[in-house]
Amino acid sequence: MLQEVLQSLPQVLVDGLTLGAVYAVVALGYTMVYGILQLINFAHGEVFMSGAFIGTAFFILIMGMGWAAEIPQFILLIIVLVLTASITGLVGVGLERVAYRPLRNAPRLIPLITAIGISFILQDVVRFIAELFNGNYIVTGPSLFSEQITLKASSISSIFFDARIKTSFLIVLGVAIVLMVALDYFVNKTKWGTAMRAVALDRETASLMSINVNKVISITFFIGSALGGATGVLFAVQYGTIDPYIGFILGLKAFIAAVLGGIGNIRGAMLGGMLLGLMEMFASANLSLLTGGVFGAEYKDVFAFAILILVLIFKPEGLLGKPTAEKV
Amino acid sequence: MKLNKTFGVLLSGVLSIGILAACSSDSGSSSSSSSTTPTNTEPAEGTKVIKIATQSPLSGGSAIIGEAIKLGAQLKLEEEQAKFEELGYTLQLEPYDDQGDPKKGVSNANLIGADEQIYGVIGHYNSGVAIPSSEVYEKYSIAMVSPANTAVEITERGLKTVNRIVGRDDFQGPAGANYAINELGAKKIFVIQDKTAYGTGLADAFIAAAEEAGAEIVGYEGITIGEKDFNGVVNQILNKKPDLVFFGGLYSEGGIIIKQARDKGIDVPFMGGDGMDSSGLVDIAGEAVKNTYITSVAGDSTATESGKKFVEDYKAKFNKDPEGFSVYGYDSMGVFLTGLESAIKANNGELPSKDKVAEAVRAVKDYKGALTDVSFDEKGDNVNAKIFLYKFEEASYPPVQVGEVGQ
Amino acid sequence: MKAKLASYFSNKWLQVILFSLFIIVTSAALYFSQKSVVSFLLLLSSLLILHYMSLKNVTKWITALGLLFILIPFASSGGPAFQSYMEVATMVGIYISMALGLNIVVGMAGLLDLGFVAFFAVGAYSYSIFATKQASNFMPFGNFPLGGESFWGFLIIGGIMAAIAGVLIGVPVLRVKGDYLAIVTLGFGEIIRIIFNNADRPINITNGAMGIASVTPPEIFGITLSFPNQFYFVTLFILMFTIFAVLRLEHSKLGRSWKAVRENEIAAQAMGIPLVKTKLLAFALGASFSGIMGVVFAAKQAFIDPTSFTLMESFTILVMVVLGGMGSVPGVILGAAVITILNLQVLTELTNWLNQLSLSGALSIPDALSPAKMQKFIFGALLVVFALYRPKGLIPAKNKIFDVKKLKDHRPDHLNNDTEKDSVPIDKVQV
Repeated sequence: MLQEVLQSLPQVLVDGLTLGAVYAVVALGYTMVYGILQLINFAHGEVFMSGAFIGTAFFILIMGMGWAAEIPQFILLIIVLVLTASITGLVGVGLERVAYRPLRNAPRLIPLITAIGISFILQDVVRFIAELFNGNYIVTGPSLFSEQITLKASSISSIFFDARIKTSFLIVLGVAIVLMVALDYFVNKTKWGTAMRAVALDRETASLMSINVNKVISITFFIGSALGGATGVLFAVQYGTIDPYIGFILGLKAFIAAVLGGIGNIRGAMLGGMLLGLMEMFASANLSLLTGGVFGAEYKDVFAFAILILVLIFKPEGLLGKPTAEKV
Repeated sequence: MKLNKTFGVLLSGVLSIGILAACSSDSGSSSSSSSTTPTNTEPAEGTKVIKIATQSPLSGGSAIIGEAIKLGAQLKLEEEQAKFEELGYTLQLEPYDDQGDPKKGVSNANLIGADEQIYGVIGHYNSGVAIPSSEVYEKYSIAMVSPANTAVEITERGLKTVNRIVGRDDFQGPAGANYAINELGAKKIFVIQDKTAYGTGLADAFIAAAEEAGAEIVGYEGITIGEKDFNGVVNQILNKKPDLVFFGGLYSEGGIIIKQARDKGIDVPFMGGDGMDSSGLVDIAGEAVKNTYITSVAGDSTATESGKKFVEDYKAKFNKDPEGFSVYGYDSMGVFLTGLESAIKANNGELPSKDKVAEAVRAVKDYKGALTDVSFDEKGDNVNAKIFLYKFEEASYPPVQVGEVGQ
Repeated sequence: MKAKLASYFSNKWLQVILFSLFIIVTSAALYFSQKSVVSFLLLLSSLLILHYMSLKNVTKWITALGLLFILIPFASSGGPAFQSYMEVATMVGIYISMALGLNIVVGMAGLLDLGFVAFFAVGAYSYSIFATKQASNFMPFGNFPLGGESFWGFLIIGGIMAAIAGVLIGVPVLRVKGDYLAIVTLGFGEIIRIIFNNADRPINITNGAMGIASVTPPEIFGITLSFPNQFYFVTLFILMFTIFAVLRLEHSKLGRSWKAVRENEIAAQAMGIPLVKTKLLAFALGASFSGIMGVVFAAKQAFIDPTSFTLMESFTILVMVVLGGMGSVPGVILGAAVITILNLQVLTELTNWLNQLSLSGALSIPDALSPAKMQKFIFGALLVVFALYRPKGLIPAKNKIFDVKKLKDHRPDHLNNDTEKDSVPIDKVQV
């Protein structure tokens, strides 16, 4: 049994990292907004989903034009990523303006409810547009980066099988890491990043220090949503097929990742995302093997939610977060 | 001042509800008035309206197929319109959307039951919806002809009103299993299902038949519908190295599993049921769909003369290609109308009771449909139902027929 | 002029006359017309009008009971659409009861629960497992299915099972607050659904995704209940009990503790309210109302499968509570009724109507825009608009107003000692 688990381990690691990278970047959006507003932006998963659709639309559009076939795939990807990220970033800013800013002083339940409402609206609007142009809301984009690479894991030790990788895996992982490093630099080293951390620490004092709080919050939403949208594009490239309902559950899991790593903590979100992706993939590949067929891959979501509950009960500050006392 | 406000709230409340109601009443009146018959013809004075409902998912993941069933039924209804006009009746189609949701299906069924003019239902697509809804039809004696439900339980409950023209799971599963073992030489089979009523039923029937025929089931896994990453389960397939993978579920997940498995270098044949019989499978899986087999209760529409004519009419009318189930919607409507006609004739041209219509539909024998012949047995199963086997040799829909199994 | 009109309408007798007229007209219209959704809805809305009339509470209750038990079933029995009205009314009753349960948790105790439908599922499954052969798969003794009379016992068992589930979920959740709580409950809701969906292996308890079919219909005095009009009365009785219980709870000591916890947990704790017990009771009581209705739902549908208990259902119930007004009992009733009718009747009819129009070629609307598919959009828009512009809902919750001076004057002497535990002035608790 152990042997079988080990055999597939390289492949499981590769797949887990792909999924984990997606979770990690989406988790960044949650964690940034939570850090600054103490608000779970439920609609973030939907921003991610919109990104996937906008990206796919751009791919179809650009590749439909004859001359575009000459563009190398990698440059095409960068163009689409930048375009999509700026659009979803603006969507995020708009969301904050319409749905969250008027409620900044309302009881905490209320913005959570608008967030759920916004995410329903986004799902349905995207469904509508997709159905109008495609006839069906399940959309399959053009396949990119589909070259296969074989990772010779068996040469390391004979107990492993080789792992097969699509080039898109490297792209997803690479872009995700670049995004995360850039964000880390932005938050820790730039003027705006400092302002952002100041607002997260104490909004009122920050405003006394001549920081434009509204602007900082808008920028936070822009960056978080742009990252979410860009991840959507990566998701579309990696998995090919998307529908308007991918954002909700994926968003939840990204949130779990953020909690796991320590909410409000950017490096924690990255760690949490990677860990959750790996654990989930491991569970779905090996659960039935380990339990002798009693529990199968269908229980992997139970697994993810159980992690969340356990973390919240035993280590609510997460792996990398600092424990905070409640303000009275 | 306070009272004034209260009154304002009250008035606006009543008004808003009134407006809501007004919208719906419009619908009520216009659907019962005959000015909006599907054929656009004003019925002559004195003709009676007979409505036939369709219940299929017009929204949600199976919307393509649900729509296809509805359009197929609509086509047949419009063709038969003239014949019934002569008898003094106007036929109307009343499409309902069950959203693939049992609750919605039952609530629609109650609306259908309440409408005295509805004499029959063509539907459903999901067995999970058909089972509870048919209990309601039974209460109101409305005949149901199912174009797509393969679950065994549909007709096993001894309901008088429930009929189906397609094969059952305990017929489809074995047909697939026998083909896989005898023709494709599969000895080790990996089974995946989507944990829905349909997927579970089909996969269990397949496993039972495959084990009986001597194959080994090396793995049995469930997936979550709506997800896009099935690499975990695909990795299990890699581990077990089966000769064949069977998937009980719909095309939207099946397509992704096939694609992800092919990416990982799994080139053994895949097999699926009628839920994969959709052009969507090719859209999603692309080139990876090659070497995939499906068993379907839906035959190739172009195999017969009448089938070819159906395909042409369908294209001309709706400006799109028929799906596998379109012709079943068409034939279900045909069977129902045959029963209805004989009930009317038996009643000397008068409007028969719903009981009589249901009896007449059950009694239909040797109906020649565009694709399938229909004779119902005492349970309401079609004794002429066939299972067809297809293979995707190219990444195009429809696939090539490679086999046919009769009862 | 306006003031004069208002004073006319504040006249009790004029109100009564107008109201009776309204009822007579709508019920006559309903009775004599073939199928009139308008008059059915207007007749239902008479209950709302009743709520705003300046009559004594007792009179209002008696009138409402008369309307619900006698007039509405009678008036709708005239046309052929009788059963479909009753079906809609039964579903409305079921959802109202669930929304009232959620209202305890969300509205009164301020604990946002996004997995509420799980308790409904627990109730529904506890009846359907034992009222079919399913139970013989794992029960070593007993003869299944149980008869239809057991339904009445299961109303209580279902409620208790749901309450136990509520406590089980509540215990680990107590350590988390606010937003985390929402996510954790959502997770629990999903876990319960996934378990029901997969509990056909290794022991077949719930029959998994295939669902449980042919649930034994309830029986009373030898009569088998299977038609919607029979379930209407069952639902109505339970609903009346629920409303009564909720109203009593709201103003009880427990109800006031809930509101205190909602407003400020730390302050409430400082006032001597036991947090753990109060929160757990909110979960348990809210869940039990939902569980009871789960039993009714299982018996009515005669078929249960996990697709009836998805996340979307939890959100639907939440929308009802937010729309009506969190914490407000009449508001939640109105919210649940509006959403259920919108969902079951208005959207369906509207879709059919548009279908007819596009079939006849009079109007062509892209299929993607059909109203039945717009459910999510409508819910989302309602949530956002209400949260932004009317966060207290259609009928905002009212706190009982206490005259501080009167309370002080009437305070028994032994309570004037401020060290006494219960002597927290009520008006201070509910800030």
